[in-house]
Amino acid sequence: MLQEPFSTGNSQIHRLDPRFKMVLATVYAFVVALSNSFPALIAALIFSFALIGLCRLGFLEVAKRIALVNGFIVFLWVVVPLTYDGQSIYYLGPFGVSREGVLVSARITLKSNAILLAFIALIASSTVATLGSALSRLKIPAKIIYLLLLNYRYIFVMEEEYRRLLRSASIRGFRPASNLHTYKTYAYLIGILFVKASDRAERVYNAMLCRGFAGKFYSLHEFSFSRLDLIWLVVMTIVIIGLEILEWVKIA
Amino acid sequence: MHISEGILSGPVLISGIALAAAGTAIGLKKLDYDRIPRAAILSAAFFVASLIHVPIGPSSVHLILNGIIGLILGWGAFPVILVALTLQAMLFQFGGITTLGVNTMIMALPAVFCYYLFGRLVGKRPHIAMPAAFACGALSVFFGAVMVGLALTFTEENFLKVSYLVVIAHLPVMIIEGIITAFCVAFLRKVQPDMLPGYSKQTSFTPSKETAGD
Repeated sequence: MLQEPFSTGNSQIHRLDPRFKMVLATVYAFVVALSNSFPALIAALIFSFALIGLCRLGFLEVAKRIALVNGFIVFLWVVVPLTYDGQSIYYLGPFGVSREGVLVSARITLKSNAILLAFIALIASSTVATLGSALSRLKIPAKIIYLLLLNYRYIFVMEEEYRRLLRSASIRGFRPASNLHTYKTYAYLIGILFVKASDRAERVYNAMLCRGFAGKFYSLHEFSFSRLDLIWLVVMTIVIIGLEILEWVKIA
Repeated sequence: MHISEGILSGPVLISGIALAAAGTAIGLKKLDYDRIPRAAILSAAFFVASLIHVPIGPSSVHLILNGIIGLILGWGAFPVILVALTLQAMLFQFGGITTLGVNTMIMALPAVFCYYLFGRLVGKRPHIAMPAAFACGALSVFFGAVMVGLALTFTEENFLKVSYLVVIAHLPVMIIEGIITAFCVAFLRKVQPDMLPGYSKQTSFTPSKETAGD
């Protein structure tokens, strides 16, 4: 269930400094999210595809993620053109399909996918553990990093625990269906998961104290800003300036 | 429950970030270093529990559980939800960077709000506690859906009808969450009442380790 399929690889982008990748991804995401002109958005989508291409990720895996995340976009395409005020270009029975509604949906689809692809290329290409230590170098509050890394560490344990509970339930004849018994079983299952989590936390914390934990995580990750990063800094700056030009300059 | 990237406008995204940062700061202040492992491991449990798909009619819904997060963690819900959403973005690319603030608000604000509304009631006698727990679970989802609607409507007035649909689509989820929260609270009252607000450590039983058979 929980995997990081994009984090292994040896492409240029995988070799970039994770701190730098995170800053890049954030700036790029905001630039695209705040753009509205079609030339800029189409250019951004093409650039994001190029990033994915450079990452050399499995096509099928990427396609699967994109399909999953586009669920809400499909919902928007169904609803927005029919409910948006504006000039109708087509009639579906009593409903008019509004031109503005179609444009808004198209804009959102482009933006959403451009950001998503860049995110997969730049962020999902590092493991969470690496990202965690990179975040701590970026002056994110220590408590947040501490929460993030411990949470990540124990997701896998909790998943194992959950599967074990579910197995023992199904051995005792539990078959999920739409009835109160099912909901009650799931509720108790979640309850015991929390109780076990809480008990485990106490043991983990005591073990950490025994090993001299004093409120700080030390990271053995060494990050360095290489020449490759410098080249990418230049490339990305040009791309972002280009997107801004496309956004603000009217193309006749 | 989250809004994907590329939908909301700049002002909405930025207000979301500012408010979520304030909530998280309060949450972190209330979360001492020695309580962070507990919050982190509980949030790992929530993360896994929210991946559970519960059948409803011919379809299934996944649980949100922000009501129980609020009850167990209070203001701690803010940092815990922020971190869970960050992990969700890193692992599954749900949500994203620009929407992190808004999405944190959508889940955490109702959680804290319901904690104040119902936190004291879930420790009372069962005929008060059970309806309170149901309402806590159901309303946290309802308020979350309303906040999704508000974020959409503030972005674009024409999204009003979409927002109504979002809230309506969450009605079945609300009921399921209410039922699950009520049973879950009933369970915790029996097994480890000191996890719930309104129970002091002195009056509760000694928590028994490994209560249920594996």
